[in-house]
Amino acid sequence: MESALAAPGVPATIAPPDPRGASYMISRFVIPCSLLALALSTWSCALDEQKADFTFLNAEPESIDPGRVTGQPGGRIALSLFEGLCFRHPQTLAPVPGMAERWEKSDDGLVYTFHLREASWSDGVAFSSEDFRWSWTRLLDPETGAKYANFLYPVRGARAFHQGENTDPSSLGLSCPDARTFVVELENPVAYFLDLCSFYPLAPVPRRTLEAHGDAWTRPENIVGNGAFVLESWQINRRLRLRKNSKYWDAARVQLEVVDALPGDYINGNFNRYMSGVVDWIDADGVPLGIVDALAERDDFHVAPYLNTYFYRFNVEHPPLDDARVRRALYHAVDPVAICEHVTRGGQQPATSLVPPGIPGYASVELGGFQPELARALLAEAGYPRGRGFPVISLLFNTSDSHKQVAEVLQQQWKDVLGVQIGLENQEWKVFMVSTQRREYDIARGGWIGDYLDPNTFLDLWTSSNANNRTGFSSPAYDALIAEAARVVDGARRMELLRRCESIITQEECIILPIYFYVVTNMYDGGRWGGLEPNLINSIDLKSIYRRGES
Amino acid sequence: MIAFLTRRLLSTIPLLAVIVTLSFLFMRLAPGGPFDQERALDPTVRASIEARYGLDQSLGRQLWLYAEGLSRGDLGPSFKYTGWTVREIIGQALPVSLSIGVMALGFALAMGIPLGVLGALRHNSWIDHGAMGLALMGICIPNFVLGPLLILLFVFALDWLPVGGFGGFSQLILPSITLGAIRAAYIARLSRAGMLDVLQQDFVRTARAKGLPERLVVAKHCLRLALLPVLSYLGPAVASILVGSVVVEKIFSIPGLGSFFVNSALNRDYTLAMGTVLLYSALLIALNLLVDIFYSILDPRMELR
Amino acid sequence: MSPHESPWSLGRKRLWRNRAAVASLLLLGIIAGSALFAPWLTAYGYDEQNLADQNLPPSWSHPFGTDAAGRDLYSRILYGGRISLAVGLVATIVSLVIGVGWGMIAGWFGGRTDEVMMRFVDMLYSLPFMFFVILLVAYFGRSLVLLFLALGAVQWLTMSRIVRGEMKRLRRAEFVEAALSLGVPRRAIFLRHLLPNMLGPILVYATLTVPAVMLEEAFLSFLGLGVQPPMSSWGSLANEGATALNAIRSDWWLLLFPGVFLAATLLSLNFLGDGLRDAFDPKLSRR
Repeated sequence: MESALAAPGVPATIAPPDPRGASYMISRFVIPCSLLALALSTWSCALDEQKADFTFLNAEPESIDPGRVTGQPGGRIALSLFEGLCFRHPQTLAPVPGMAERWEKSDDGLVYTFHLREASWSDGVAFSSEDFRWSWTRLLDPETGAKYANFLYPVRGARAFHQGENTDPSSLGLSCPDARTFVVELENPVAYFLDLCSFYPLAPVPRRTLEAHGDAWTRPENIVGNGAFVLESWQINRRLRLRKNSKYWDAARVQLEVVDALPGDYINGNFNRYMSGVVDWIDADGVPLGIVDALAERDDFHVAPYLNTYFYRFNVEHPPLDDARVRRALYHAVDPVAICEHVTRGGQQPATSLVPPGIPGYASVELGGFQPELARALLAEAGYPRGRGFPVISLLFNTSDSHKQVAEVLQQQWKDVLGVQIGLENQEWKVFMVSTQRREYDIARGGWIGDYLDPNTFLDLWTSSNANNRTGFSSPAYDALIAEAARVVDGARRMELLRRCESIITQEECIILPIYFYVVTNMYDGGRWGGLEPNLINSIDLKSIYRRGES
Repeated sequence: MIAFLTRRLLSTIPLLAVIVTLSFLFMRLAPGGPFDQERALDPTVRASIEARYGLDQSLGRQLWLYAEGLSRGDLGPSFKYTGWTVREIIGQALPVSLSIGVMALGFALAMGIPLGVLGALRHNSWIDHGAMGLALMGICIPNFVLGPLLILLFVFALDWLPVGGFGGFSQLILPSITLGAIRAAYIARLSRAGMLDVLQQDFVRTARAKGLPERLVVAKHCLRLALLPVLSYLGPAVASILVGSVVVEKIFSIPGLGSFFVNSALNRDYTLAMGTVLLYSALLIALNLLVDIFYSILDPRMELR
Repeated sequence: MSPHESPWSLGRKRLWRNRAAVASLLLLGIIAGSALFAPWLTAYGYDEQNLADQNLPPSWSHPFGTDAAGRDLYSRILYGGRISLAVGLVATIVSLVIGVGWGMIAGWFGGRTDEVMMRFVDMLYSLPFMFFVILLVAYFGRSLVLLFLALGAVQWLTMSRIVRGEMKRLRRAEFVEAALSLGVPRRAIFLRHLLPNMLGPILVYATLTVPAVMLEEAFLSFLGLGVQPPMSSWGSLANEGATALNAIRSDWWLLLFPGVFLAATLLSLNFLGDGLRDAFDPKLSRR
């Protein structure tokens, strides 16, 4: 970077210089003064200092356009600004009437009729069912490039429209008999359709704003929404400020007037800001791993189950991992309790299945867990007694302290129980993405967060055509099972089919190695704030937050 | 002077062109693209996104389009932060980094020069040793260690200063100190060494013999020459402040350019990465130019090539 | 002053008289030695995890305490010293080789060659090197060799300027003219006559490059791009220590010990560099 030797030295003898006024002035006065002036002027870009009612930590969103958002940070903002047909109850996550005040479902589960309430956008323009039809069509338009377009595939004609086979929007099963009725026709009876309708990609967007401003429509000066808040200002990487939308249909119950979302990707910095009171609520992005056990004792530390599993993928095309017995041996040789107690230490639970617990009506397929004798027997059966002759394979993960620690524990356990030597390799995030997509790995770290409250979100990943599969596992029988489950109306039978699917993935084929279930980790003062109880998907519902002690 | 400036500015343009091309190629060489994520993209969606950003065209054409946009002052849209253009992002982040950088520089000069000059004037006294001891501490404590230490002390133990963020003067203090400390240390050492050299000169003894007051001797005659090494150190120092700000911005949650600089590379946000590289290079070039000009003003024997 | 004494032995004598420099040399020797003989100095491996012993403060069995994975910090510092010193040395050598070579050629030939070569150096000065280093290290894997090369490549510019300056000065010296007229081959002139005379500034700058490289490696560790686990360097250990500081519970030993080693090495190198400059720089006339 720098060196003290950057200068040629002062020469040995010089004639006495005459103190020229100009250079003297420059070196003594002009430079310091201009520096000072520059400093004063540049930091005068301070933001208006009205303090927010509530401040929470939220990573910088890549976008707040509901059609373009992926990821929790953008999703939280999008759901504050835009409201769909229904929204998720903050604790139970059941669908609660939003823009739709009631709905009917046909007996075959294929037609939903939503009756919209009387409401308006934040600029005063009346809301109509046409807004939904247009927004969903836009989501499915291949030009939009919406990453969650496949959520609407259950709609009749949606897949063909999105894949570009059919460019006629009227072929979609969406219709508006009148301004307050919205009818959706599905191809399959999707049991969790209402849950999907609560999710941000299906929120409506204002057509006239998009057409007027294009990509700049989400700017604070342009944006129009129908949600509980409006976007007041947004300085990138600094602060995103929301203000209560007075035109929201349920504005009376919204207690917070001004809400700030502060970004930050440095965990210690986020934690410091919480401890010094700048931020009222943080999630796992602000909890330093090193002290999580000390924090777990505190009153303001709140933990809840999370629909999120940490697992390793096996590349089933790379020997010796192409033998299911080897994979199962590796699974049974792992004791996740050690990881949860010593590595993650935040209350995470060892994974006993792929699908985390908490989905109403579904009982995950419980796996055998740590059974070293069985593991050794399986490995011997596969032809590598005591690990002799086992080829060197490696475990790939993306660079992160916690992934590294987990990997090291597993490496040790495999060595101790099975006598096999597994190498560790880490790659930078994007490189890691490419490697797993191209299946250039033996064992790779992975994880999945459930998108909706149904086991299908964890199970249709493993179909042959799903780009998130990445293991090389391809079974027409499995694909058929998933497709069948999508067509069944009877809830119990459907759950049975899904249990069968989960059992194939974990018990029989063992294409993944579940390690632990994440927990939602939030820190906030429960004595001061209500409505913040953590839920299964780590979402935060700004309109239900209130300060305790105020009526 | 005019001829010199013109010649310099003209040679800047091919330089920047080379830099643009180099960084463009470097970014594209990297595995992974801006849209690779945990949740894989549907091929249709990916195709449509790439078409929108022009990524489906040949590299040469993309480079040409980018250069064309540059000439109009358009740095392109950010690939990661949809809805923002690179110019807007830089426009918001740059003043923040500049404030911190300028304050850090000010701190470095205000601490370093007096310490060094005093040490030289009171050579081998306890002031000298104390000043140099302080300077040495600045050199061997890395800024990612100094920052958290300062936070522990001034924010949590003493509760005098805020923990981070940007917007008020009190929030600038700790980041500036953290960023400027090592430069202050080097400046102290350089100005002390320079001062010691100058003080040996014959003309100084002559001036003292003539009975001129000490302060006048120092201020009018010696300081200018003693600070020459500091001046040529300023070039690389300011450059390293620009880079070192990454650490400080992270630790103190400051929304500056440094984090975009690094994260854009890691996110493969091609346009933002190239925009920040261009900006840094332009700043470095301007800085080297300024240093050369000031050097020629302060030292009459130096001629500008 | 004997007319037969080479600048080299003159400098050596002057260096010996500088107590701070000698003490630094000694300290560096001890530190390097401890790194080199690490396996004999500690029973633990640097990657030996013992999950029952996490975050222990210093004790008899663990003189420097343990880290979050139950690894003995003392061992990690000793083995980490190998990495840190190696990075510093190798990167400096890389920068030396490139810089000295470049500067010598530019300074010797002068004229057009010199101008072109130095313009190139000026151009490279304007590149934000760290950006490219980050890109390089992030994309092309985590090999140590790549790290050495990348960090070394950042430092050679100033070295080439210094060498060029010296070269130009010496080029006109009488002994060079004499050697040339005698028909001594250029390579011999370079190696036996010029290089020894330039050794002073080169050595000084090299000694000051090592701490700069070590700090740069620490910077990369901060970004998560430095030496990869389970290997450690003082920079990455200092990083881990800094992140362990917070308002709740500070495992101070995680920062103190790597910090002390890092600081001691940086200080010694700086003192040594100063001492070398005082000893070898002929322009200095301190009485």
